[in-house]
Amino acid sequence: MTLKECYAAMGGDYDEVIGRLRSERLVQKFVLKFLDDGSYDLLCRALEEGNREEAFRAAHTIKGVCSNLAFTQLLQFSSQLTELLREDGGDSEQVQALFGQVRESYQRTAQAIRSFREEAET
Amino acid sequence: MERATNKQKILIVDDSEMNRAILADMLGNEFDILEAEDGSEGVAMLQRHSMEISLVLLDIVMPKLDGFGVLSMMNKYHWIEDIPVIMISAERGSSHVERAFEMGITDFISRPFDALIVHRRVVNTILLYAKQKKLMSLVADQIYEKEHRSSLMIDILSHIVEFRNGESGMHVRHVHILTETLLTALTRKTERYRLSPTDISVISTASALHDIGKIAIPEEILNKPGKFTPEEFAVMKSHSMVGAEMLEGLTAYQDEPLVKAAYEICRWHHERWDGRGYPDGLKENEIPISAQIVALADVYDALTSERVYKPAFSHEKAVEMILNGECGIFNPLLMDCLRDCADEIQEELGNDTALRQGQREMQNVARELHKHEELTASERTLELLEHERMKYSFFAAMTEEIQFEYTVQPSMATLSAWGAERLGVDEIIMDPEHNERAMQLLGKENWQGLADALHATTPGNPVITYDCLINYEGGGRWTRIVARATWSSDEPPRYTGAIGKAIDIHDSRMQMDNLERMATHDAMTSLLNHATAKKRVLERLKERPEGKYALVIFDLDHFKQANDTYGHMFGDRVLVHVANKLRQSIRDGDIAARVGGDEFLIFLECKMEIEPAVERIYTALTGRFENFPISVSMGVATIESVGSDYNALFQAADRALYTVKRSGRGYFRFYDDSMESTLSAISPIDGGQEAPKPAQNEKGEC
Repeated sequence: MTLKECYAAMGGDYDEVIGRLRSERLVQKFVLKFLDDGSYDLLCRALEEGNREEAFRAAHTIKGVCSNLAFTQLLQFSSQLTELLREDGGDSEQVQALFGQVRESYQRTAQAIRSFREEAET
Repeated sequence: MERATNKQKILIVDDSEMNRAILADMLGNEFDILEAEDGSEGVAMLQRHSMEISLVLLDIVMPKLDGFGVLSMMNKYHWIEDIPVIMISAERGSSHVERAFEMGITDFISRPFDALIVHRRVVNTILLYAKQKKLMSLVADQIYEKEHRSSLMIDILSHIVEFRNGESGMHVRHVHILTETLLTALTRKTERYRLSPTDISVISTASALHDIGKIAIPEEILNKPGKFTPEEFAVMKSHSMVGAEMLEGLTAYQDEPLVKAAYEICRWHHERWDGRGYPDGLKENEIPISAQIVALADVYDALTSERVYKPAFSHEKAVEMILNGECGIFNPLLMDCLRDCADEIQEELGNDTALRQGQREMQNVARELHKHEELTASERTLELLEHERMKYSFFAAMTEEIQFEYTVQPSMATLSAWGAERLGVDEIIMDPEHNERAMQLLGKENWQGLADALHATTPGNPVITYDCLINYEGGGRWTRIVARATWSSDEPPRYTGAIGKAIDIHDSRMQMDNLERMATHDAMTSLLNHATAKKRVLERLKERPEGKYALVIFDLDHFKQANDTYGHMFGDRVLVHVANKLRQSIRDGDIAARVGGDEFLIFLECKMEIEPAVERIYTALTGRFENFPISVSMGVATIESVGSDYNALFQAADRALYTVKRSGRGYFRFYDDSMESTLSAISPIDGGQEAPKPAQNEKGEC
């Protein structure tokens, strides 16, 4: 699996990120690093605990990272969730529904990166 | 230790490690990257590295302190004036961007960012600021140079005129000093002329040029010893106009304040208040104040100096002659000034040496610097500060001490590297009061205690000593904290923090505790000794005399046999065993002691009946130790029956014990009046004991 295929599998925009960061080596390095980023776990935990403020920051961070790496699909859902969690945003049902989409998208993204990593390592 | 490198430092403040890593990766080749994972850590870094940081890349949304919080700190401490900030955020709301710019950021880059653009903007911003910083220090250095050179040029120029004029060469200098002194006196008197320190400096410097027009006067007229003919006088008088024209010829410098002032002075320093001067016959305040003053200074110095045609007059004589109008009429206000600063003038002229001149120049530079406030922190000062900081951290690293620094605003503790390692904490602790590890270490009470003690100091007496237990290396260690509170120089002074060090006094403190323990406890059984037990009993009786107390004395039956049969070592172990049993069977408030040999004392309080309590203890003590059967004889005296005198209680319990021993041992008895005349059972081992000496055979037999 190439990095480009990895992007295709997760619904990201490979051409956009290469255009911006200009180096496949750099992009690959940070794509792999994405799996170690704690923001998604933090988001899950914050939502379980009902800590909206922390959930907002976590979603905001995910959004920032996704936008940097052009993980377009996850970016879209995490952006929506960020806005929903911003002060006086939506009710918890809406949050849960949107979080479901973020989770699904995150898993898809993480899965694509894992497959890419395995092939890169072998 | 930080790496010593000449690369410029960039501070990245972003809570996402990924984001920091991407930026660090893009810039790391050319710059040293410092990272902070939230706003308060960012502020701590700025506090620590201040002027070393060439640029800050700042996120907006962060825990603890967000990007705007960092910006307001940077504004508060004026860091924003020297350190450019580029904000990077996914927040695109124009209100955010606008607010950020209002708070002093240099640039705003929105996510997702383009690597080239970030790189380019960072480099450009750093270059721009570097240039500005360099210019600032250049200007600061050159103000002195400029001032120095221009006054040197003016001195040379005016001296050429003077020497041609056959004067002493001191005239120019004297006029300069007089002008400056009179101008300063005038500003003290009135604000009418709106003279700033710069104006005074410019006019004083320009005063040296007042006679520059004399360069065009033929030497034979200029140096004619006798009286002038009217024609000659007309030529002579032309020097003021000629000087002015010469300056007017300097078309390129017409806007220079110095040239303007010099022009006024040259042209009108022979005008008089009553309009009878030359060349224009101006009167009163038609004459610029600069020219009025130089005119007076010129006349005064001419009178007080020796000339070919006259001796030097005294100050008083000169003032008198001027006041009499012998040299024309002057502004009455200036006459007042002349009188006011008579002493000052004499002193200034008397002391005039190159040194004074140098000082005046320095004062001028200082005044100039004062005007350009942004230049006060010149590069040189910063270098000095940086040098001090380096020295401090070097020595702090060399000494094996826990040194610390605390600032109130922002609340932050900094520890010496060695100290942080010893305590197992970070070198920088933000908001220590709410830092779990720091509070675990120090404890809330000690934190508060220290804070109270430091707050209670005064700027004149700021040092405190505070002993406390600090929890590290797996337990509490006694530590002495010596600290100096820092106070601001405001009025009234504000408490701003503290510096100090923590000294480990655990071992010596433990030694003290041990000595104290040895003095109060029995070494073998760790029970109290008799003297201390007595002291405690007396305290208890005094505190709560109404309590239902009993004093119990017991000894071991057949203890001598244990010693004889199994040896003294075994005997000692029996005593320790009994002491342990005793400790277990009494309650916290009770007092237990080894009175001597195999005799023990208990002092207990009973809420209910005393007898069941005594019986319980009695039963607990009896049993076996290895093969040796433990049995005790016990005598009890209660306050109820004996009264609350310690000696009486002790004696009564002792008599009850004797009674038990005599009638077969192995049980306990309460004292009653029938025992009044019995002997004592207690052996004389314990020195502090007043009980009568027992018969030897009473104790020793089997």
